This record gives sequence, C-alpha cells and structure tokens, in this order.
Amino acid sequence: MKGSRGDRLSSADRDPAGATPLLELRGLTVSVGHLPVVAGLNLKIARGEAVGIVGESGSGKSVTWLAVLGLLPGSLAVEGEALLEAENIIGASEQRLSQVRGGRVGLIFQDPISSLNPVQRVGAQVIEALRLHRGLRGYAARTEARRLFELVGIPDAERRLDRYPHELSGGQNQRVMIAMALAGEPELLVADEPTTALDVTIQAQILALIERLRREMNMSLVLISHDLSVVAEVCDRIVVMYAGQIMETGSTRSLFASPSHPYTKGLLGAAPVLAQKPQRLASIRGHVPEPWNMPPGCPFEPRCPYAMPACSAARPLLSNLAPDHQSACIRAGELPALARHGPT
Amino acid sequence: MLLFATKRVARAILTVLIVVGCAFAALRLSSDPALVVLGPDAPPSAVAAFRAAWGLDQPLWQQFFYYIAGLLRGEFGRSLLNGADVLPLVGSRVLVTLEIMIPALAIGILVGVSAGAYAALRHNTPKDRLVMMGAVAGFTVPHFVLGLVLVLIFAVHLGWLPSGGNDSWRSAILPVVTLSTGWAAVLARFTRSSVVEVLGQPYIRTASAKGLLWRAVIIRHALPNAAIPVVTTIGFMVGGLLAGAVVTESVFSWPGLGQLIVTSVAARDVAVVQCVLLLVATAMVLSNMTVDFLYTLLDPRLRGGRH
Repeated sequence: MKGSRGDRLSSADRDPAGATPLLELRGLTVSVGHLPVVAGLNLKIARGEAVGIVGESGSGKSVTWLAVLGLLPGSLAVEGEALLEAENIIGASEQRLSQVRGGRVGLIFQDPISSLNPVQRVGAQVIEALRLHRGLRGYAARTEARRLFELVGIPDAERRLDRYPHELSGGQNQRVMIAMALAGEPELLVADEPTTALDVTIQAQILALIERLRREMNMSLVLISHDLSVVAEVCDRIVVMYAGQIMETGSTRSLFASPSHPYTKGLLGAAPVLAQKPQRLASIRGHVPEPWNMPPGCPFEPRCPYAMPACSAARPLLSNLAPDHQSACIRAGELPALARHGPT
Repeated sequence: MLLFATKRVARAILTVLIVVGCAFAALRLSSDPALVVLGPDAPPSAVAAFRAAWGLDQPLWQQFFYYIAGLLRGEFGRSLLNGADVLPLVGSRVLVTLEIMIPALAIGILVGVSAGAYAALRHNTPKDRLVMMGAVAGFTVPHFVLGLVLVLIFAVHLGWLPSGGNDSWRSAILPVVTLSTGWAAVLARFTRSSVVEVLGQPYIRTASAKGLLWRAVIIRHALPNAAIPVVTTIGFMVGGLLAGAVVTESVFSWPGLGQLIVTSVAARDVAVVQCVLLLVATAMVLSNMTVDFLYTLLDPRLRGGRH
C-alpha cells in the first residue's frame, strides 16, 4: 500500500471536492457528560491538501484530532464518524488504531521537549516508530533514523541520535518530533500548534520544513493554530472553528479576500499587518463560551458586533457563498456592506 | 566526575564520624558505664579499677581519639560485660536480622510497587480507592499492634505458626509479614502518585500517538519515568534496614540486631552500641550513595554536563 505513491500524486492534482477524501469527518461530536465540546463537525481532507484549523483556545480544534485518533481520556464521549478512506476509525479497536496512529496519520504536538520521553535517547524514540510501522530493526532502523534526522535538517545527525531531549534545543526537539511523525510514512500529518512553543526565528524554519516535507512526501496536512498568519503561509484551505463548530471555511485566498464571518474578521483584525502603518490591534471582546454556558443560537452571538435577534434564535448552518467558501453566519451576504458602515 | 565522587565519599565519611561522635559522647555523658555494669553497690575501688581498665578515667576527647585509632586498625572494641570482641557478636546478629529483613523488603517492594501501579492505572475508580484504603491502613497501624494481632490470630487462636523465636523458617513468617506490610503500604502510595503524575505527561500521549499499544506505553515509557522517585524511597528503606526491626524483633523475640541494641543500651555496653551505630550509619550513607548513583542511571538529566 505504501508503494502506491504514484496514485496519490495524481489524486492530489484532482479537484479535492471531486475525489474521495483521504479523511472525512461526519457529525463528529465530543462531549463531557452531555455537554458537547465539539458539536457535529463535518470536514473533508483531500489527498495532498493542506488544511489549517484556526480558533482561540477552547474552540475544540485540538480535541477534534485527538478524538479522531482515539487519544482522548475515556471521560470524553466521541460520536460520529471519521472515515479514513471509507473506513470509520471512531470506536475502532486499539489494535486497529495503533496501526493508524503514527502509521497513516502522524502527529506533532505543541511543546516538543515535554512531548519527548526524557529518559530515552531521541534516536531510540524515532527507531521505536520505525520498528512499529515499518518493521525496521538494528542497523537498518538506525540508518533510516539518521536519514530522517538529515531530512528534517538536524545537523550532525549520527551523533544527535544518541542525545537525550534535554540536550537538544526546542527547535531541534521539534525536528525530532517531525522525524518521528514521518517514520511511519504518513498520508496525513496533523501538526497541533507545532511552532507555538518556539522562538520566532525558529518558528519560520519549522513551518518552512513542514511545508517542504508535505510537498516532497505528498502528504495531507492539518495545521492547527491560533494564529491565522501561520496557517495562511502553509495551507490551501482554512477552517475557522469556534466553540466546537465550524464558523467559516474557504480557500486561504478567498477567506482573506472576503472574510464572511464576524469571528474571522475579528481574528484578522487581531493580527498585525506589517505592510500598513502601525495601528492599534483590534481585539474580540469577551471569551469563548464554556460548554455548559452555550448560547442557544449562534455561539458567537454574545460577542458579535453585528448580532441581531434572529442570531440567537437557532444555530446557523454552514451555507455556500462560493464553491470553495462557506460561512455559518446568517448575515454573511451583508457583511461587506456592514463592515463599511460599521457595526449596527 | 572524579572530583564529584571524591567529595561524595568525603562527605559520607564525615557523616559517619559525626554520628559516631555524637553517640560516643551521649553514651558516656548520660550515665557512668562502670556503675551500670558493676551495679550501684560496687565498692569504689572496683569502680575505679573498672574505669582504669576500660580507659573511662581519661578525658572524653582522648577516649574518642583512641576509639577512632582503634577503628582504623580494625578494632571495634570489646564488650564491657564479657570482654568479647564486639565485631563477631554484632556480625552474627546482623545475619539473623537480614534473615527476616531481606524477604520482608523483597515482598514489600513486589507487593507495594504492583499495588501502586495497579491503582494508578485504575485512577479514581473503586479499585483504586480500595487499594489506597489498604495502603493507608497498612501505613498507619504500628508494627507492634500488627505483630501482636498476627500472633493472636495465627499463633494463639489457629496455632499454625510459632509466636516467636527463630527455631525454623516458620517462625520467620509473622515478622516478615509484619515488616513487609508497612513497606508495601508506603511503596504503594509512592508508586501510585508517581505513575499517575507520569501518565499525565505529554510524552505519554506522544507514545500513544506513534502507535504503541497502551501496554507498551506503560512498560516502555511510563514505568521507567515513574521508577525514579520510587527508587529513592526503596533506597531509604534499604538504608534503614538494619535498624528498622527494633520493635518487630522485640514483639517476636527474634534475636537480631534490634534486640541487641535494646539490651546493650540498657546495659550500657557502650562498645556494642557504638559498633551497631557505626554499622547502621554506614549502611544508611552507603544506600544514599547508591540512590544517587541509581538516579543518574535512571535519569539522564542528572548526568553532569553534555558529553
């Protein structure tokens, strides 16, 4: 199966909407007790596609992906489907999931130093993944681990294999994490805030590395971030999440050109634009509602400058604005005009 | 590294010296060994002769100097009661104590660590709470109470096991159970909290995310990290091994080191008490050094500098 790289290349070139998606989430719901943290998420990831998931902390963006791979504690209930090429992996056996995790789907986490086992050499941690998913052992595994280290840009790879995480810098540890995630030759790489814990200069390097590897290995990428600008650099498509729901999704270009949800507009306003004269950054007042305090209608309504009575009546559904652009705002069509005249 | 080791050994020797010095002073200042050994009615001439014979008439610092000099020659002193060399006496008692201590420690570690890990993996379930209730009970009941209860049940009522002495291996069972209960309880609590803490660490999620089965995550990633604080606790237990059985040995009249301490202190047989203390202090210091060494073996973060 791993040999069929050629098929994947060709399918990636096709229109993502037409091909069978690599991964499709159908009505994915994660709840604590009866309170949903992620509420009925529908999402398709095409082969070779790079999708950015953006939202404030507490918007359910990380939880979604931990739920897909069955990595959440048992106290959180997961419903719905996650179809990995038509195979639902929600509720799959531990045996099955262990083949998917680190195999077809690789994961990278936020804080690289604490995400690596402190008492194991970094090489051994990568070799462990090679043994699990590619059956490599001994010299072959070590050679492949060194190749992966070189691939992710770790200098002096041979010697670094025998280092412990505390002997490497944050950026190098994140490269180790990436090497480990690549060990199983994944078709989908899920990167959960991979640059948040790193210095700004290192952030750009790591992002560029992820982008290069995605193209070279023709992987799909899900990049989770609270930072729209990080996601925009790497991703073809952006999904804006809020309170466990998708507020807006569209191609990076159209989402930036015509943001069609007040929340997206808020996120864009909160990011500094270097090309313009420095201005006071806009902020979105209030905070993400807690699961037990969810408004009956649109979850963003209490913080929305454009809210009107109809917004709190029912939860708005995603509707098409263009073939590659959807918004869950009932005033999406009016927004450009409203923005010119200011909030009502 | 060599400097570190030299410093460590020097500090260990100093610790032992201080312990021995304090004991030396305390034993001689608290009462007069000559009067205790010869009895209050002994004629003054006999007392003076006894003092002269044992060097007790000399200034304290001089006695201590001779004592240390003797130690360096390998002479641990002679019993004030019968003039016998104390080393073989203490040595034979050590072996008797280890007869119950080693099995008790082994059982304590085995039961405690497994129970703690079991409870941690079932964190916040009724099974976890049951194990921890058992651990609290085992931890709070004093050895003499548990020992007496065991004697009452298994020796007096059921008549299955002897109540004391060390005639056969069967007489060791009750003291071993008594000692291991406390250790198992302490270790169960330590192991549980350590494993629970480690299971919450991000690298455990990483291990799952790379495709390891939960069993392998526990064995390969959780336990090696959780072992670090547990090993410290075991180290201290080993250090206190020789001195730890005073109460239990008294309850079961087990003729080990603990009993020897009690009788020698009462009889002011200072040479014996000093020898025992020297041994106990050395064991404690050695086990501490071993723990330090094991630490660096288990946790690469504590190894000095980058290679």
